[in-house]
Amino acid sequence: MSQTTTTAGSAPATSGNVVEARGPRPKPFFTPRKIIIYSILIFFSLYYLFPLYVMFVTSLKTMPEIRFGNIFALPQAPSFDAWVKAWTSACTGLTCQGLSPGFWNSVKITVPSTIVSIFIAAVNGYALINWRFKGSEVFFAILIFGSFIPYQVMLYPLVMITRELGIFGSLQAVIVIHTVFGMPILTLLFRNYFASLPQELFKAARVDGAGFWRIFFEIMLPMSLPIFVVALILQITGIWNDFLFGVVFAGTQNYPMTVQLNNIVNSAQGTPEYNVNMAATVLTGLVPLTVYFVSGKWFVRGVAAGAVKG
Amino acid sequence: MQHSVSIRDLSLNFGNVKVLEHLNLDIAQGEFIVLLGPSGCGKSTLLNCIAGLLEVSDGQIFISGKNVTWLEPKDRGIGMVFQSYALYPQMTVERNLSFGLRVAGMPKDEIERRVARAAEILQIQPLLGRKPANLSGGQRQRVAIGRALVRDVDVFLFDEPLSNLDAKLRSDLRVEIKRLHQRLKNTMIYVTHDQIEALTLADRIAIMKNGVIQQLADPHTIYNKPTNLYVAGFIGSPSMNFIHGSVDTGTFTAADGTKIPVGAYDFSTSPAGSLKAVLGVRPEHILLGDAAQGMPFKTQAEIEIVEPMGSETLAWTKVAGTPVTFRCSSDIPLAVGDTVTIGFDIARGSLFNAETENRL
Repeated sequence: MSQTTTTAGSAPATSGNVVEARGPRPKPFFTPRKIIIYSILIFFSLYYLFPLYVMFVTSLKTMPEIRFGNIFALPQAPSFDAWVKAWTSACTGLTCQGLSPGFWNSVKITVPSTIVSIFIAAVNGYALINWRFKGSEVFFAILIFGSFIPYQVMLYPLVMITRELGIFGSLQAVIVIHTVFGMPILTLLFRNYFASLPQELFKAARVDGAGFWRIFFEIMLPMSLPIFVVALILQITGIWNDFLFGVVFAGTQNYPMTVQLNNIVNSAQGTPEYNVNMAATVLTGLVPLTVYFVSGKWFVRGVAAGAVKG
Repeated sequence: MQHSVSIRDLSLNFGNVKVLEHLNLDIAQGEFIVLLGPSGCGKSTLLNCIAGLLEVSDGQIFISGKNVTWLEPKDRGIGMVFQSYALYPQMTVERNLSFGLRVAGMPKDEIERRVARAAEILQIQPLLGRKPANLSGGQRQRVAIGRALVRDVDVFLFDEPLSNLDAKLRSDLRVEIKRLHQRLKNTMIYVTHDQIEALTLADRIAIMKNGVIQQLADPHTIYNKPTNLYVAGFIGSPSMNFIHGSVDTGTFTAADGTKIPVGAYDFSTSPAGSLKAVLGVRPEHILLGDAAQGMPFKTQAEIEIVEPMGSETLAWTKVAGTPVTFRCSSDIPLAVGDTVTIGFDIARGSLFNAETENRL
């Protein structure tokens, strides 16, 4: 009698044999809940991974093999010839130097605009939270409003402005524009992060006699690594993937990788070389992919830390 | 005589909200002042104004005779200790202590000498190489005190420094702060909402409510001669018993007609004729049994609730129709339903004007 009352209701599959409940409750693997969750997860992973897989295997095939039609089949004789061609000699419009000039253009655009925009945004966020000045809230509101205006609206005025400044059609123009357009979201990110740090820390530093820059560099920056990583990821992937500003402002000599990829894939002359197109696409996507893989854990942590608040 | 800290006619508004209004406070050299009050009474705001972390709307602040109203915090000759410790997390204890001195560009050997002295006083030498994350709460607060100590200033400001610690550590550090004050003899301004800290540490307590200092006096006066009903109710745990009624020169008549002689009471302003009043008696001033026999006022009362506290017992009863608590030795057996004789001496009680709430 006493034994039956103390047995667990959800004993494992051996239902005839009652087991007395003790220790951690057994967790059967195949519950309906788990089966549904895992099927959905697996389905969506495949959904997103298949295009990548097709691109990758196609880039390793020869053209006759591609014409054969089995796009999911593994290549019979994998070769990196298409990759080499995409990098060095594929035709992007009039020149035939492959993607490599575009890659370096993208680097020249991404590195300075990422560094400059993050630095300015960090100072902005810090000043908005810790050194509140008259009208700082209004200033912040205007900045945030800026992030809601669609790019297309500003495109033509920006062309005129850069032309007046004499930088239209140069790398500087793209860098300046990326820096400016990164400002609202990055400032919001840094402002919220700094708002989550204890105010007393800032007060203590002021009592200790530290000024605006000293507090920024010696107290705030060393505590802001997670949010810097988030900002880095946002900016690197965002600027690297940009097409619009690159094609409008950079000028033909300075087209970033995305624009050159488009030119390779859409080139009207000759038969389309699918393996080269695929190789070029994978090459272009490699930088953002690497950024995500390397920073995955930091990214989640930073997003949690900088979550919109206050 | 020159005051260490002098606050003249200080006002502070946040928009339309008046946090401090025409506040005056003079603090003597080496005095330990506690600002005590519930949250939102403006005590921390006042401290931040003294530190220079908040800009005042009106009035002046003098520290060591110098008008510091427009000066930066670092130029005011103050050190400050915060509730959350506010240690710089990426610096070692030693770097935390020396940060302010390095900012000031002090020579290296002088920095070392001061850090060593502070570490010795607070007994944190073994911790100098550690980061704040590897310290316990009590150790962190010592380091925070040390950071104020190395600045070698005239005035220490404490903003609820013990509120984040557990009860045991709090009482340990309380004693240490008192010892520190006896050794250094600096002026200390200490903000707390804990009345035990206030009563044990202070030379004088300033009790604040809605941005106004209600009473500024030594702990004994605050406890025994509260200036108004608010102070009387705020200080003391369990709080003072209040009986409503009316008073003339000789007797207090409770609402239910009970008469209590008040001839022995030391009136500051003798009531002219009958006046609506509140009589206050502290729980420990109500005596029980034989001890009550000699009291000017005594009555029979039935025990309603008994709360044994270990060292003493609190009992709830009714006097003149009003619930009243009294404190007695835990050796006295008390049971619910017992009828006992209790009494008190009005000379140890307080009388307040029921309308102005001020002490009579």
